[in-house]
Amino acid sequence: MSNAPAIVAAQTPIRRTPVAVVELLRTHRRVTAAALLVALLFAIALLSPVISPHDPLATNPDNSYQPPLSPGHVLGTDELGRDLFSRVLWGARVSLPVAFVAVAVGLVVGGLIGLVSGYAGGVVDLLLMRLMDALLAFPALILAIAIVAGLGPGIRNAMIAIGIVAVPVYARLVRAVVLQLKQMEFVVATRSLGASPMRLLLAHIVPNLLNPVIVQVSLSAGFAILAEATLSFLGLGAQVPTPDWGQMISVGAAFLTNDPWLAIVPGAAISVTVYAFNLLGDSLRDALDPRLRS
Amino acid sequence: MAHLLELEDVQTHIALKDGVIRAVDHVSLTIDPGETVGIVGESGSGKSMTALSIMRLLPRAGRIAGGAIKFKGRDLAELSEDEMESVRGTEIAMIFQDPMTSLNPVYRSGWQVGEPLRIHRHMDRGASIEAAIDLFKKVGIPDARRRVTQFPHQFSGGMRQRAMIAMGLSTGPSLLIADEPTTALDVTIQAQILELLRNLNRDYGTATILITHNLGVVAGMCDRVAVMYAGRVVEQGTTDDVFEHPEHPYTWSLLRSIPRLDAEAHEPLKPIAGSPPDMLHLPEGCTFRPRCPFAIDRCGVEEPELEPVRSQLSRCWVTQAGRSLDGAS
Amino acid sequence: MTAYILRRLLLMVPVAFLVTVGVFMLIHLSPGDPALIMLGEDRTPDAIATIHKQLGLDQPLYVQYLIWLGHIVHGDWGRSITTHEPVAQAITERLPATLELGSVALIWSLLVAIPLGTIAAVRRGSLTDQIATGITVAGVSIPNFFIGIVLIFVLSVTLRLFPFGGYVPLTTDPLESLRHVALPAIALGTAGAAINMRFTRSSMIEVLNLDYIRTARAKGASWRRVVFVHALKNALIPVVTIVGLQIGGIIEGAVVTETVFTWPGVGRLAVESIFNRDYTVIQGIVLIAAFSYMVANLLVDLVYGWLDPRISYS
Repeated sequence: MSNAPAIVAAQTPIRRTPVAVVELLRTHRRVTAAALLVALLFAIALLSPVISPHDPLATNPDNSYQPPLSPGHVLGTDELGRDLFSRVLWGARVSLPVAFVAVAVGLVVGGLIGLVSGYAGGVVDLLLMRLMDALLAFPALILAIAIVAGLGPGIRNAMIAIGIVAVPVYARLVRAVVLQLKQMEFVVATRSLGASPMRLLLAHIVPNLLNPVIVQVSLSAGFAILAEATLSFLGLGAQVPTPDWGQMISVGAAFLTNDPWLAIVPGAAISVTVYAFNLLGDSLRDALDPRLRS
Repeated sequence: MAHLLELEDVQTHIALKDGVIRAVDHVSLTIDPGETVGIVGESGSGKSMTALSIMRLLPRAGRIAGGAIKFKGRDLAELSEDEMESVRGTEIAMIFQDPMTSLNPVYRSGWQVGEPLRIHRHMDRGASIEAAIDLFKKVGIPDARRRVTQFPHQFSGGMRQRAMIAMGLSTGPSLLIADEPTTALDVTIQAQILELLRNLNRDYGTATILITHNLGVVAGMCDRVAVMYAGRVVEQGTTDDVFEHPEHPYTWSLLRSIPRLDAEAHEPLKPIAGSPPDMLHLPEGCTFRPRCPFAIDRCGVEEPELEPVRSQLSRCWVTQAGRSLDGAS
Repeated sequence: MTAYILRRLLLMVPVAFLVTVGVFMLIHLSPGDPALIMLGEDRTPDAIATIHKQLGLDQPLYVQYLIWLGHIVHGDWGRSITTHEPVAQAITERLPATLELGSVALIWSLLVAIPLGTIAAVRRGSLTDQIATGITVAGVSIPNFFIGIVLIFVLSVTLRLFPFGGYVPLTTDPLESLRHVALPAIALGTAGAAINMRFTRSSMIEVLNLDYIRTARAKGASWRRVVFVHALKNALIPVVTIVGLQIGGIIEGAVVTETVFTWPGVGRLAVESIFNRDYTVIQGIVLIAAFSYMVANLLVDLVYGWLDPRISYS
């Protein structure tokens, strides 16, 4: 009996209206909290030039290793006397765009592959899906590292690498929805009338993809930020002196004994950011998946 | 003779988001040793909830809100969980509707059938499997020695239900509750399983509560029957009396809705009008009134009690007033 | 069963082919010329040409690929561009340290995940459950290198309970070995613990609602027996999938953790090789990582059949 709504939901094209979004935010407190946190992070990234008390790159050797809560430096200063608070705020300006671009690459490239694969079927589908399998055969981070190793370190190559890692995920997601739509009665009916179902598919694919894609985008944004931080920590992403969180931890780790906050503050920043995106994806999945509703 | 099981005014409530359902509403019922009693009703009538209340296996949201369940002098509703565990599977066994899903897929059938003996009789594994082989033979599973080593998915539906019955009988319980034991099975297999239950009742004197929506099953199996509607017992009596002259319009409708070989030619089959009641919003007065072809004004105002009518009990203003249920459209 | 394994292996062939092409292309995507790296300062055109010939770089690309693949299949994984050590040997030397780290991390993650996931499922909706669920999302959100750094700071630098880094082989001194592996293993295993707990919880909740659980209760089995004997074995079947993938991904996780703890394993070798532009070593490691991942996938399916008797490999 509890399965019935799930089947109905899977067969009916979903139309999402602004009212439904408001309703979602109103009834699911976890979604609201996560969405607010993500919005706050984006605000910080946008406004960091305005709200930072100092230039994140301005060194001041006479004022290095100030502990947190020092006068003028809420979170203290690093080994070159740069203001840690300003650097952490500016770090959002590195992490969030990387995540944004990487997810966009994965979504656009993967989405097109999934669309073509699911629509064309046959040999095209087989070849494209084997290619996706091959990408999935690599552990995600290894693939990203290998690509960066090939392209050379740097923030742009890190974005490309993380985007490529996300491609097969979206390709499979979109293909599954296309295949499901192709089997639905109204699509079959159009085909039997001699019309090309491509237009119909495109008209229905967006509303049907919206829910799974929203969830996946939040989750892969979390992964992208984590991966970018990891690559930068290893020295493969952002390079000095860019105020990048992963890179800051990597440098700060050397001063752990006496000045642990140099690593702990950016580490906390990454954790909160990734947590915000994961919480958003997770709570959205709970809220949108009819099978999990009780 | 003392009753084996005596339900006194049992009330079971299920708390849902939109309100509380009175799944079992003031139900009183007795079962004597060796007797077979049927509980009949549509799905949602509270018959399974009555059984689960006796076993104290209600879903998380359910609780026994009142009344007593006296079994061999003890009130099961008052027992601690530990004490209840020593009643389940020893004194009272239960078998369920769907043998496909009622056995654990990852354990061998003999392991599962012998488990009550390991739990309650502290048998070791080897002895319990030997006992399972004997039990398989008793319930008519051929090639028992090989069968105990197989997994449930290697059994047919009928065989699985036999294995469930073997499991229930392993400890020689004095009461067996069978909840729709044949509903999920093919018609031919149904007859075999009912035959098995009848023989076991005869040979071992195990009292049986048979829960079913199928009046035909009751007619062939039960000494007495209770008919449930919307959580209440609406009619109760010996099977012969209830079938011969139903004194509640719901029973009367149920009997008219099943095909009978001895039916007279001019009596057409009649499905029951209307739909089962919404348990959250029960009608005023008699709960069956919206579907009742005999309803009088009083039925919409006041709910009748379960009172003697001729040789049975009925919860109906019409029959309690002495009118008969013949000849209505 | 054998037929099933053969069919699975056959299905792996095209994917494996594409994986080797991808790994091979790594070198050719890379901006640097290996000859220049090898020669350092004395890069005369003649010397460069000689090395190109030695490495077969003057051949067409597909010929180079086939020659390279032939070598790989025969166990000749080439030599490190920087140390000239055979790649296969360099990896095998570092493998025990990585395997010890990965196994201890996995055991730690399961020791945490299965009991906590079970408790959260049994008491779902309770405060315990909510806290546990909150921790799982946090567990996958905190980068493992950051967990490592915090552990070093708290347990090693401040409290001096554990040594910082330094690998002692299990065969030399088992106890000391475990003391050294503890912190990196906890750092590496935490994300896995969070994921495994989540899987255990949701799988357990599903199983506890099934009919055979009610049957077990009706037999008079105690709640504890129902959960640990009847439900757990069923609930762990899907958990096996995710654990299998984690086993396949040991090298992946080790890359970062080994760097933080200066652990002499394959992961650290990978990072060192990237900075040294030692592409033959990187190729070897990526190849190993991809293939262990694929093999783990296959093994997961086989273990599935052992755990769940309903699955038959026909």
